[in-house]
Amino acid sequence: MVTKAARPRKRKIVVRGPGKTSVTLIVNGETHEVLVEPRRTLLDALRKDLGLTGAKKACDEGTCGACTVLLEGKPIYACMALALECDGRTIETIEGLARDAKLHPIQEAFIEEDALQCGFCTPGQIMSVKALLDENPHPTLEDVKRAVSGNLCRCGAYPKIFKAALRAAELLRSRS
Amino acid sequence: MPKVIKTKTEFEGRVLEEYVVVEGEGLSAWDAHVPLQFVGKKTTRVDGPERVTGKALYTFDVQLPGMLYGKILRSPHPHARIKSINTQRAEQLPGVRAVLSHQNTPKISFRRQTFLFDEVVRYVGDEVACVIADDEEIAQDALELIEVEYEILPFVLDPEEALQPWAPRLYPDGNLLGGQPELYQRGDIERGFAQADVIVERTFRTQCALHNCMEPHGSVALWEGDSLTVWDSTQHIFGVREGLARLLGLPLHRVRVIKKYMGGGFGSKNNLGKYTVIAALGAKMTGRPVKIVLDRHEENLATGNRPASVQHVKIGARRDGTLTALELKAIVTAGAYCLWPPSLGGPARELYACSNVKTEQYTVFTNTGPLSAFRAPGYVEGTFAVESLMDELAQELQMDPIELRLKNYTEIDQTTGRPYSTKGLREAYERGAKLFGWHEARTPPAALLSRRHAPKLRGVGMASQIWSGNGMPPAYALVKLNPDGTATVITGTQDIGTGTKTVLAQIAAEELGFPIEKIAIEIGDTQLGLYAPLSAGSMTVASVGPAVRVAAHEARQQLLDVAAQVLEVPRDSLTIADGLFRSPALQKPVAVHEVLKNLENFMIIGRGAREPNPEDVAVNTFGAQFAEVTVDVETGEVKVERIVAVHDSGRVINPLTLSSQIEGGIIQGLGYALYEQRVVDRNTGIVLNDNLENYKLPTALDIPEIVFEMIDRPDFRANNLGAKGVGEPPIIPTAAAIANAVANALGVRIYELPITREKILKALGKV
Repeated sequence: MVTKAARPRKRKIVVRGPGKTSVTLIVNGETHEVLVEPRRTLLDALRKDLGLTGAKKACDEGTCGACTVLLEGKPIYACMALALECDGRTIETIEGLARDAKLHPIQEAFIEEDALQCGFCTPGQIMSVKALLDENPHPTLEDVKRAVSGNLCRCGAYPKIFKAALRAAELLRSRS
Repeated sequence: MPKVIKTKTEFEGRVLEEYVVVEGEGLSAWDAHVPLQFVGKKTTRVDGPERVTGKALYTFDVQLPGMLYGKILRSPHPHARIKSINTQRAEQLPGVRAVLSHQNTPKISFRRQTFLFDEVVRYVGDEVACVIADDEEIAQDALELIEVEYEILPFVLDPEEALQPWAPRLYPDGNLLGGQPELYQRGDIERGFAQADVIVERTFRTQCALHNCMEPHGSVALWEGDSLTVWDSTQHIFGVREGLARLLGLPLHRVRVIKKYMGGGFGSKNNLGKYTVIAALGAKMTGRPVKIVLDRHEENLATGNRPASVQHVKIGARRDGTLTALELKAIVTAGAYCLWPPSLGGPARELYACSNVKTEQYTVFTNTGPLSAFRAPGYVEGTFAVESLMDELAQELQMDPIELRLKNYTEIDQTTGRPYSTKGLREAYERGAKLFGWHEARTPPAALLSRRHAPKLRGVGMASQIWSGNGMPPAYALVKLNPDGTATVITGTQDIGTGTKTVLAQIAAEELGFPIEKIAIEIGDTQLGLYAPLSAGSMTVASVGPAVRVAAHEARQQLLDVAAQVLEVPRDSLTIADGLFRSPALQKPVAVHEVLKNLENFMIIGRGAREPNPEDVAVNTFGAQFAEVTVDVETGEVKVERIVAVHDSGRVINPLTLSSQIEGGIIQGLGYALYEQRVVDRNTGIVLNDNLENYKLPTALDIPEIVFEMIDRPDFRANNLGAKGVGEPPIIPTAAAIANAVANALGVRIYELPITREKILKALGKV
């Protein structure tokens, strides 16, 4: 993965794999070095190598959003990124939201509004809402709908997810 | 002393008669005017924090030390005989620990129609072999190294074709389940039609819909000596335990099934799956824990579906709207295997007063993925057909659809002759019509043609709902009081995402007089829990809730006995509320733990069992939904603008989690009405949209305004809570209401679900 910031003047080609290779992932502020096969997705690295099972694997092919995490602050489907691509980059997962045993306002709002049923898509929904509110503290209902339109919920908690997102925005505004 | 009695229970359209052991005194339901502290109050989920922080451990998340992964090889052919399997190359791949197939596993009969590893495969996706390996990637690689030689057999995909004498057979005795149609008759159907002034008759078709629970089906199996522990994403831990014990020849006390959190089931996780048994066998063979979780494609091939149907419906009525005859003939696609056929004739038999009714159901085997229960199985499909045709009849008679329905209203269960314990359907029609603005919103059919030129057509429609949801014994619970004034409720039910734990905590808190934070709910474990039925049929709360209430009541009685002696006050003078004893004989309230802490580790254990169902009444749930749609005449796009729903499921215990279920049911019904459809290639039997890219689920952008009310009146005959189920009722009338609204908008009716743009444009004569 060559990013703009990391582009070196003297280009060095590094061949990694087949077989396990070392990757540094900065997850929720902590730096982890893991050995993974090049084909391992970020989702599997989080779940299997780091034991962070909050991001869910529901389709593993970028069609449901249950594995949504933030990569450098932007929401991505963790099943669609290779762990290797995220080498040295910062990742935020659902496990990083609650601080000092205190729920994040988005999490509080999800509970208060009952914006979940089975809860399997919930971590992904919350991360999509987080990405929205980080960017836009004053979202409209339409903004919310668009922000979570890539996150499927088979239980149909959508109306309450909308309410929870708007409530969370209010909570965050009142606390900042 | 326990008493053995026989009780009748309706489950998903079928009446079961079973022996039940009843114990102790029954409690009567709380009076409607008694103020309750927890029951009936909006209560956030007791396990909300786990679920929103990613800490809730689903079966999919279980990782044990030394755990191996299994991947299943599935048939690429719709019908074939396995001539040979060569697993040698797969076994030689580093990291592969075992390859299971019919060659090296016991011949275990499965669902009576097949074997765990059958030598005949009957649909694309049928299980052929399983690789157990160190990691999923290795197992996946190894699947490609298994060489299978198939003898291709002729196949049949269409149920109507499958009934033909020349059709390829899935089973030696033919493709019709049970060898004959399921027949129900009352009165004289021919005479009924002879008495009719008007007869309407149509053929309706419904699609095959896929559950697509967000958490795929899966299990983790661990052997410790001769004891097997299985984590399973299931709606029925005790059913899985029984099945595993039977198939593996184990005593029940050596099989433990655990399910703590679960990512949806909707009926597809009612039964033991092959993957669970394979995981157990694989773990035995390798001496290591084994995890098998299905991927999204397998999920859409092999874990069940709402079967496609063809329904011929005929209704006869007098000029004044009185029904004289109702006939429904349904052909249902079982797929390759069938445990429990849905009952499509249910709404036709039960919804209206009619003395001449005939329903006939052909459940037909085809070389496609097997059906399973799917949220209100049969009733969603049957209601679409019957309620669509009732609308046509209303139009024919120039009656308002609600007026026609009220004309044929019944307070008596038409199939048993028993009166309904309570029936709020009339009120649901009235309140729904008012909330919706039905009489103002409804455009007379005569006005339709002139609106044809509008770029968008608007229409409204409504439909009715009947379902069981009465719950049943047996179900048991324990309530133990801890020395610090907290309580643990133990039962063997499961919370499949509906909010069961929260509702049980409310019931226990109410009965004990403890704050809800002092209650812990322990469910989902067969070894430590007590029997509770499967979480299906909208019956969890109505089955398990009453047992929890009795257990809490018993614990409270013991607590009062003890407290009266410790506090030296008359027992009758004592009350418990907010975790405090109060009595005129006490100077100030005394906390429960103040009493219990003096008694060392004395533990109060209350025990409760679900009471039998009443024999003299029919206990059902009812509702009505109203839909407003707009149809874009250029693109054929249907947009559901709003849904108004009014349902009667007895007493509401938690308005918050209940509202989630109502909204969720309606949204699933909307997907079924407009988007969802499994597509099978007719030349190969391959499912073309076994993924979430092409199988269209409702997304955040498809959600209409949803307004709903509950009748919220306790059903005192139903059980000691007065509550009935609410999981399935809201999905039942949605598709029918939307279809009626579309028909109202277009002036022509679409008889086939889903109502796609193509069908709309065809109906408008544009393609």
